[in-house]
Amino acid sequence: MYLLIITLPLFGAVLTGFAGRWLGHYGAAILSTSCVVITFFISLSLFYEVGLAGMSCFITLFTWIDSGTFKITWSFLFDSLTTVMLVIITTVSSLVHIYSIKYMEKDPHLPRFMAYLEIFTFFMIILVTSNNLIQLFLGWEGVGLASYLLINFWYTRLSAGQSAIKALVVNRIGDFGLSLGILTLFYIFHSVEYSTIFMCVPLFTNYYLDVFNIKLHGLSLAGIFLFIGALGKSAQLGLHTWLPDAMEGPTPVSALIHAATMVTAGVFLMIRFSPLIEYSTFLLFLLTIFGSMTAFFAAVTGAFQNDLKKVIAYSTCSQLGYMTLACGLSNYHVSIFHLSNHAFFKALLFLSAGSVIHAVSDEQDMRKMGSLLKFLPLTYSLMLIGSLSLSGFPFLSGFYSKDFILELSQVASYSSLNMSYSLFACWLASSAVFFTAFYSFRLVYLTFLNSSNTPRVTVLNIHESSWLITLPLFILGLGSIFIGYLTKDIFIGFGSDFWGSAIFILPCNSYVLEAEWLPSFIKWIPFLFSFSGILVASLLNILAFYFQTDFWYNKLFLFWAFLANKKWYWDKIYNDIVVNFLLNFGYKVSFKNLDRGFVELLGPVGLSKLVQVLSFRVSSIQTGQLNHYIFFMVLGLSLFSFPFLLIWAFSFDLNFYALGIFCILFIFI
Amino acid sequence: MISQINCVTISFLLFLIGMFGLFLNQKNILIMLMSLEIMFLSLSFNLVLSSVYLDDIAGQIFALLVLTITAAESSIGLAILVVYYRIRSTITVELMSLTKG
Repeated sequence: MYLLIITLPLFGAVLTGFAGRWLGHYGAAILSTSCVVITFFISLSLFYEVGLAGMSCFITLFTWIDSGTFKITWSFLFDSLTTVMLVIITTVSSLVHIYSIKYMEKDPHLPRFMAYLEIFTFFMIILVTSNNLIQLFLGWEGVGLASYLLINFWYTRLSAGQSAIKALVVNRIGDFGLSLGILTLFYIFHSVEYSTIFMCVPLFTNYYLDVFNIKLHGLSLAGIFLFIGALGKSAQLGLHTWLPDAMEGPTPVSALIHAATMVTAGVFLMIRFSPLIEYSTFLLFLLTIFGSMTAFFAAVTGAFQNDLKKVIAYSTCSQLGYMTLACGLSNYHVSIFHLSNHAFFKALLFLSAGSVIHAVSDEQDMRKMGSLLKFLPLTYSLMLIGSLSLSGFPFLSGFYSKDFILELSQVASYSSLNMSYSLFACWLASSAVFFTAFYSFRLVYLTFLNSSNTPRVTVLNIHESSWLITLPLFILGLGSIFIGYLTKDIFIGFGSDFWGSAIFILPCNSYVLEAEWLPSFIKWIPFLFSFSGILVASLLNILAFYFQTDFWYNKLFLFWAFLANKKWYWDKIYNDIVVNFLLNFGYKVSFKNLDRGFVELLGPVGLSKLVQVLSFRVSSIQTGQLNHYIFFMVLGLSLFSFPFLLIWAFSFDLNFYALGIFCILFIFI
Repeated sequence: MISQINCVTISFLLFLIGMFGLFLNQKNILIMLMSLEIMFLSLSFNLVLSSVYLDDIAGQIFALLVLTITAAESSIGLAILVVYYRIRSTITVELMSLTKG
């Protein structure tokens, strides 16, 4: 049963991918969906067995690589962290599968689409169940590959291809960091298995790597490399640029990849490596800073996007920032709690956005929507649930996890530990809440409540989607409401032994208890922030008519809004400074100057030119003038007879003379 | 002994004169042929001298052979010259540069 969870998606993917032609449109859809749904039920029972009953499982299959001390086996580790991830992945994946049957109904390549979705699920499962870093890396790369295939699903679209390449390349930067991390860990621990590494970590707290006589803290270095990997995969600030562009794929893809699974891989890595990260203060600092900055940056950017899907994409980016922040505050169980809640409401948001887009004839611009409430009441109510959950409305899923992260950050900022940076992180994250609420409700207003901007032709065709689309939405809506409350005590309840040894927190870094005893006015802060965000969004949209002259044309406001709308010019800066520089370098320096220049000069072109020139010089000696010929004859005779003279006179060494003759000849030429 | 060395010197100088005449002269091909004759003569002179000095007949036989070869060579050379003159109507050495490398 444990291995079925891995083999079933692979089986489905291979069969749908290679035999899709014979399975037909619905055959492929039904086969792949049923494979994932069965996987989902198995993972539920796994959740009971491993998570609730507390029986971690470890399966070793056979040797993969065996070379000296480097030994890797195909082995699978099922502990509570893995099973939680498995449940999240398979839930979202099976719902997305069901959703895409209808959503992609008109697409001629449905079997291919289903195969890609399935292969994605397979690689994600490999990633979370692996017991060593190499197998994790397989899943990590496979997920990247599957994201490339999925984003590029409509391969005839130029922008889809570009986005897919961008996603793959930007991810690959992170992957390089991850592979460096694996190498560093292997260098330090001589093993890539989790159990070995985590067992040995406390012994290596004072281990320093000597690099060019600079002492580097081994654990921090390895952790930084791993974090670079997480930076790329979960779109943290710096390598986040691929995520919004990845919206070029079909909407179910966005829901699967960019809401629940792929981007959580980075956070999962950080959570998995909690025993290592705990021993490096610098790494915790890095995670906190990057997490909070990502949360704030993405929230502000999302607040002024006009594309329905990009708003949600930036929201994902922002929530991933929260998760990383929670890791940085060494509360990994809160991080995964937020991850699981986020998977539900973000998948819900994406899928309902897909439903909206489907209804208005594939229009993604929110400015061209409005007053869809009348036409799509079901989608509206589900999207409202998602938005409320996202903005942390009390007693919905998002509330339980996000509020707790913010409370923890408050504790960290008030603590007398040497963590002055956490004050910065705390308020950055808290103000991000305001923007989160703002953009969620801006989205709801622009799409559903404002007066209509839709063309008449579109309005005539608006209709609710069929049950295959609304059923997943409905299930996810239930999840968005209840999952947080239901699993709160399991995941982050005080003294919960659910996590067992899957997550390790140093006692000196743990302030879960303090978070429960914060002053109540501090506990109100996140709610007030999010409430004011909702209020501002409402005011701006309801009273937009009155503000039109005063507010929208205010230059300062316009400047900031414009800046945020252009994603703070990250893409522009990257393109101008990094990408173009590297492309120019690649073309001008390494291609034209080195490959076609220097190397060719030393190699074929230069040599042939040299031979040509030399032979031309030699042949130009033959001028055609008789007396010149005679001169050379005499010269040659003299040179030839000179050594005999020398030998005769001083018994000279002949070889040396021959060398001299050649030198003279050469100079002469 | 002195006279012997002097004779060698003379023949060597004669040879050098012939050689210089051969490639310092830019104009006339007849002078070149003549210089060639001088070189042969100096060679024959040296051969004869050596045969006298070493008291061996082989040198003189060689000298005789060289004489005949010289005569043949100059006759062939002159014949080539005549043919050449017929075609080009000039025998200036400077203008004999049809074949370049």
